[in-house]
Amino acid sequence: MPWMDVMADMALAPWLVILPLAGALLAGLWPAAARWWGLLTALLTLVMALLLALQVHAHGPMILDLGGWAPPLGITLVADGLASLMLLMTAVVGLAISLHALGYLAGEGRGHWFWILWLWLWAAMNALYLSGDVFNLYVTLELVVLASVALVALAGGAAPLVAAMRYLLVSLLGSMAYLMGVALLYGAYGVLGLQALGAQVALSAAPMLAAVLMTVGLLAKSALFPLHVWLPPAHGSAPAPVSAALSALVVKVSFYLILRLWLTVFPALPLSGLDVLMGVLAAGAVLWGGLMALRAPRLKQVVAYSTVAQVGYLFLLFPFLRAHPEGWKAVVFFAVAHGVAKAAVFLAAGTLQRAAGHDRLADLGAVMRGRLKTSFALGIAGAGLVGLPFTGGFIAKWLLVQTALEAGLWIWALVVLGGGLLAGAYVFRLLGPAFEPGPADRGRPLPAVMEWVPLALALLTIGLGFAGTPALSLLARTLAGGGG
Amino acid sequence: MATGGYMLLLILLSSLLPGVAIFFLREQQFALRTALNLGGATLKFLLIIALLVGVYRDGKTYSLSVNLLPGIDLVLAADALSLLFATLSAVLWLVTTIYAIGYLEDSPNRSRFFGFFSLCVSATVGIAFSGNLITLLIFYEILTLATWPLVVHRGTAESFRAGRIYLAYTLLGGAVLLGAVVWLTLLAGSEPFTAGGYLHHLSADQGPVLIMIFAMLMAGFGVKAALLPLHSWLPRAMVAPAPVSALLHAVAVVKAGAFGIVRVLNDVYGVELAADLGVTLPLLLLAIMTIVYGSVRAVFADDLKQRLAFSTVSQVSYIILGVALAGPIGAVGGLVHLVHQGVMKITLFFCAGNFAETLGIHRVDEMRGVGRRMPWTMTAFTLAALGMIGIPPLAGFISKWYLGLGALEAGLAWVTVVLVVSSLLNALYFLPPILRGWFSRREGPWPDERHGGGRLETHWMLLLPTMAVAAMALGMGLLASLTISPLYWVTFIVEFEYGYDHIWRAIFEWETP
Repeated sequence: MPWMDVMADMALAPWLVILPLAGALLAGLWPAAARWWGLLTALLTLVMALLLALQVHAHGPMILDLGGWAPPLGITLVADGLASLMLLMTAVVGLAISLHALGYLAGEGRGHWFWILWLWLWAAMNALYLSGDVFNLYVTLELVVLASVALVALAGGAAPLVAAMRYLLVSLLGSMAYLMGVALLYGAYGVLGLQALGAQVALSAAPMLAAVLMTVGLLAKSALFPLHVWLPPAHGSAPAPVSAALSALVVKVSFYLILRLWLTVFPALPLSGLDVLMGVLAAGAVLWGGLMALRAPRLKQVVAYSTVAQVGYLFLLFPFLRAHPEGWKAVVFFAVAHGVAKAAVFLAAGTLQRAAGHDRLADLGAVMRGRLKTSFALGIAGAGLVGLPFTGGFIAKWLLVQTALEAGLWIWALVVLGGGLLAGAYVFRLLGPAFEPGPADRGRPLPAVMEWVPLALALLTIGLGFAGTPALSLLARTLAGGGG
Repeated sequence: MATGGYMLLLILLSSLLPGVAIFFLREQQFALRTALNLGGATLKFLLIIALLVGVYRDGKTYSLSVNLLPGIDLVLAADALSLLFATLSAVLWLVTTIYAIGYLEDSPNRSRFFGFFSLCVSATVGIAFSGNLITLLIFYEILTLATWPLVVHRGTAESFRAGRIYLAYTLLGGAVLLGAVVWLTLLAGSEPFTAGGYLHHLSADQGPVLIMIFAMLMAGFGVKAALLPLHSWLPRAMVAPAPVSALLHAVAVVKAGAFGIVRVLNDVYGVELAADLGVTLPLLLLAIMTIVYGSVRAVFADDLKQRLAFSTVSQVSYIILGVALAGPIGAVGGLVHLVHQGVMKITLFFCAGNFAETLGIHRVDEMRGVGRRMPWTMTAFTLAALGMIGIPPLAGFISKWYLGLGALEAGLAWVTVVLVVSSLLNALYFLPPILRGWFSRREGPWPDERHGGGRLETHWMLLLPTMAVAAMALGMGLLASLTISPLYWVTFIVEFEYGYDHIWRAIFEWETP
């Protein structure tokens, strides 16, 4: 296609950072029109992310030195298969969150703060995905944390503030550990670029220590069991669009960073027991998150604990990392499928909560019967979380089980299948109230967009059920490590 | 990709789209809902007939595939076995829809009910047309999702309990099945269903693994087929409304499990390989235990629907018994029972629903004298029950005849003893309601009489479908030698599976001693 050749010469990557940043700025300058700036930004960013993914798919990874300065001095942006898939997922979910927020925040006096922080968060996430060196990754990670802490606190009141402070504390500790790792690496090798480091790192004390520090620091941010305690209050008490952004996107950011490090910088290092430890923690997360989700009395708490459980699957990365060369792709596809499904569930939960005025599961029946579209969104996206067929979750579950069996690690296949059962139990528990006898009630009047967006996103999880092959072929265009 | 795949898609959509539309109708939109229901059911029926004509008269093949993952496709295809099951589903769905409209008149949440009802049938037809094991797994799981709302439809504490148990069993079964299918796909790739199986080329040292996978597949499909010891969700699921029980027992859920077992045995492993691996005999024993156990429990069940439920546990295992005999004649008996049991059991459930809706009868001992009050329904009940016992010339006799011949052919004469014992047990639990219904007298009023005063004994939408399926059950036995009978059709399928040129002669020589 000729237009693709023209596109190949265009530097799309910077726009994915510039657009949301400009949107945040404009939203701050014109608070009254903040949401329109937000929406425009979201649309344009999605277009850019889509074009970038096509470009990477057609031409392979792109490396761009900003301002023409080579690595030691300038900033390098790297757009490869992994990065462009994460950018695309972020953009799709981001547009849905923006549209939902139009309705959710309508009539709120401080609504423009949401738009400023949210677009800032988006810019920071995109910058992180495109970063090519460990120090820029640190900076963008801090920007992500600050934006998301502020977004949690936005709900106002004591509980969200406490949750935000806890979140901030955990995140700062994690960042410190990460930064120490960066310092160690720089001290040992004198370079910061991911590829450059990957080419030099060999088995010795400094990189081992750096790897442990960076990984543990990022684990806390990803809320892997047992470092998850900050997550349920933070994700459960934030406004719904924020919960969706945190659970679907922000959790994936630190996972992405871990993946990137182990894929590019540390492939020379042995895992020496880390894989088993991580696998055990992952199984613990799946079990504990699932059990807590079965007991939580409020809708959004259930969904938040579901995130704790599903983060566990992400860390099956470690058992897969050395045992199966393609294993990480299964995990990334899971991350994408979970991102879309979890955002849909949180947005649907937000709609029901707004309509009913509360989110106590036991009393939601009438509104669930009255708001059919939203209940269907909850059901379909919930099926995605369980990994039932025709959803992206099913393909993800298939890939995870296939990877585990191919690598001969059948115990992790059991964890995935067992976790699916727990997810089934809590998702059907969520849907139960809709089937109790009683009248249907639409609750408070809501803008239609709040019903349509979760449904559209839920239907997208079905679309992902057929996107396995293209996603894997995009992921095949990822820059491998070890200098390769 | 062969042409005409859109036909299969249309057949799926003919129940899926009306189903989705029905969800969003208001409760009062009775006419539109009925039009969508009956329109979809009729359209599906006509499309299946067109498909049958296309396959058998014009010799066309139909298939459709959509890529899911590298090397793995979602495949819809129409072979003789899928057409048999799809036709059964389409016909029974049509009559059940009419019955359900009459049954649920004036009850709440009908839009939701018919929506999920349609989804359930779409999943069943998807199972029928699945062209490989992965597609079968996908629709099998969707069926779980679509039937749970029907089980909990009444919204009582009891139905939620039944729903929880149903989910616990079926989701666990689904997880085991997923593990097995992934494992098998790693070993042998994602092959289409092939008569005689596609696993021969695997080396002999894979034997233990194949046995393990076979056991997992049986467990996964056995849950829905209610094989012992995975059966106990089924009697509890009786809290669902009668049309749901009817469709669940006759064609949708229970048969999906049995169909899956038939597919695995015939078209994945192949009977020959399965016999070489030594897995058919344990399956046979399990089927026999289930047959006897279900019948014994049915004898002691006082509630009519419970009795029918345990009868289903027992009768569905005849299908598994037939294919596990690993010979062509037994397979004919098993497969023909897939159809016969469906038609007879749906008749029985319609009758039970008629008794409950019209007179408030739920227990066997309340049936005294019901034959005088509802002679038509009681006649249908009698025909179907006698068929289940295996009295000639009814449909059940044909099944049992071939199962017995199949056992002799396989050199397992003792299996015929099991068939006789089971028939006696069937008589033991089906004769009391028949005898009470016709020959006892009722003293005092009926427990809860409705639909009284009309010219018919009950609402016509309840009576007509009942009579239609009873007539089918009778016809399938009487007219078994016609070329349109299920028996003829099944013989055709088995001929394919066994590559047996002489099966026709083999069968007809056995039949005319």
